[in-house]
Amino acid sequence: MTTIASVESAAIGAAARARAAALPLEELNPADPQGFVDDTVGYVFERLRREDPVHRSHSPIPGIDTYWSVTRYRDIMQVDTSHGVYSSQDGITLMDFPPGDEQKLQMFIAMDPPKHDEQRKAVGPIVAPSNLNNWHGLIRERTVKVLDGLPRDETFNWVDKVSIELTTCMLATLFDFPLQDRRLLTHWSDMATSNKLTNPDAPEPEVRMAELRKMLEYFTRLWNERINAPPRTDLISMLAHGPATRNMGPAEYMGNLALLIVGGNDTTRNSMTGGLLALHENPQEMSKLRANPALVESLVPEIIRWQTPLAYMRRSALVDTELGGKQIRKGDKLAMWYLSGNRDESAIPEPNRFIVDRERPRQHLSFGFGIHRCVGNRLAELQLKILWEEILRRFKVIEVVGKPTRIRSSFVRGFSDLPVRIPS
Amino acid sequence: MPKVTFIAFTGGAHSVEVPVGTTLMRAATDNRVPGIDGDCGGNCACATCHVYVDPDWFERVGTPSATEEDMLNIVSEPRDNSRLACQITLTDALNGLVVGLPEAQH
Repeated sequence: MTTIASVESAAIGAAARARAAALPLEELNPADPQGFVDDTVGYVFERLRREDPVHRSHSPIPGIDTYWSVTRYRDIMQVDTSHGVYSSQDGITLMDFPPGDEQKLQMFIAMDPPKHDEQRKAVGPIVAPSNLNNWHGLIRERTVKVLDGLPRDETFNWVDKVSIELTTCMLATLFDFPLQDRRLLTHWSDMATSNKLTNPDAPEPEVRMAELRKMLEYFTRLWNERINAPPRTDLISMLAHGPATRNMGPAEYMGNLALLIVGGNDTTRNSMTGGLLALHENPQEMSKLRANPALVESLVPEIIRWQTPLAYMRRSALVDTELGGKQIRKGDKLAMWYLSGNRDESAIPEPNRFIVDRERPRQHLSFGFGIHRCVGNRLAELQLKILWEEILRRFKVIEVVGKPTRIRSSFVRGFSDLPVRIPS
Repeated sequence: MPKVTFIAFTGGAHSVEVPVGTTLMRAATDNRVPGIDGDCGGNCACATCHVYVDPDWFERVGTPSATEEDMLNIVSEPRDNSRLACQITLTDALNGLVVGLPEAQH
């Protein structure tokens, strides 16, 4: 189907590809957030994978500066699985300057063994498959309630009414956080990841800090309630009673909460939107899915590959080493561009096609590989699976009636708006 | 061809025969034995091919590498006889191998 919108976006795409091809190689900077706002960064990656797969990139944004872009699937796998060579200790994003004056948040995703392993083990059981069985009924119940409450015959923002609502409900459930206050979690998640250096529209650092202090107060209250009560299965109770976590200081407690809030919010939220958009843009895949709803099993990992809601993870070299023929110096920072590896034709057949019945759909990089592999991966898959089962069950069509608005970030690859309409 | 048996968490058994040199992970995924995911395709990078090696076989299977030990650190419900199936290559000496599966791969 050719529409004005698709002709227009094809023109933008062609111009962006020409631009990426014309620039001198050394000027390519995939961390430029503009490439994410207009969704053209893929052309930069296409060229880097072909011409310079481990690329010395420079960003004009202070605090990002010089970094290595690792763009091929196999090189990313090598970095991700070599935690003795490539450390997470200096953080997981390219930005070296903290967005506020706070002490650096301490979270286990940004730790190396042995501390990483201890803290991960304290959190892991709550999102382990055996425990997910406890959540299954509740996730379905809440998903059904949200979908049944959607407006008919009027345009609304899918991001707000479905993606944010469902992921925020899920977080509130995991934390046993008061459901009526759940949008605070969304707000704090946005605050935690905001940084004026990369986004001029972000709040002032002091506003951000004030909001995060409110978050700390709220969660400190919950911690105190839980520690003085018998152990329960919610995450805060598990942290408050767990031998590896009960003596955490405030920076560590906040760090791990921020990790779980952002990890559980910004990721699945954007896969919920990205999946709907991908199926809208690939109507033949939607037909396949409608004809055989059992394909939800492979649809879910394909959505997660396609969206790649976290575009990269950062590592820092602990020693001088070599990667893809390049000399990496001790202290150099690297971006493992999962978004690029997930489009690498040498590892994934027909990577630029969205295929709901793809063979081996789970071999994508979106969860990372190695010891930092996403701890909530099975929970994320479960939420998406239930969402799509319930969508297929009740809506014949969800019309995407306008263009998506994408977030200005090269780390969180996501959306703030996707206008849709559901006919009655 | 070595024969291996996977015991499901709920009790059922799946036996398959595969050529010498096949990894235990591939033996399961190539024969659609449920309960082994193998998300990373055999790179010792995802820990979703976690198995419990039958105590009678544990010594014969060999010892995990340091990388495998690191990955076994992130599985749910690890035990002393936990291994990653992608790191076990089947030989005639392992003909008859029995492994148990965890409740789910995480």
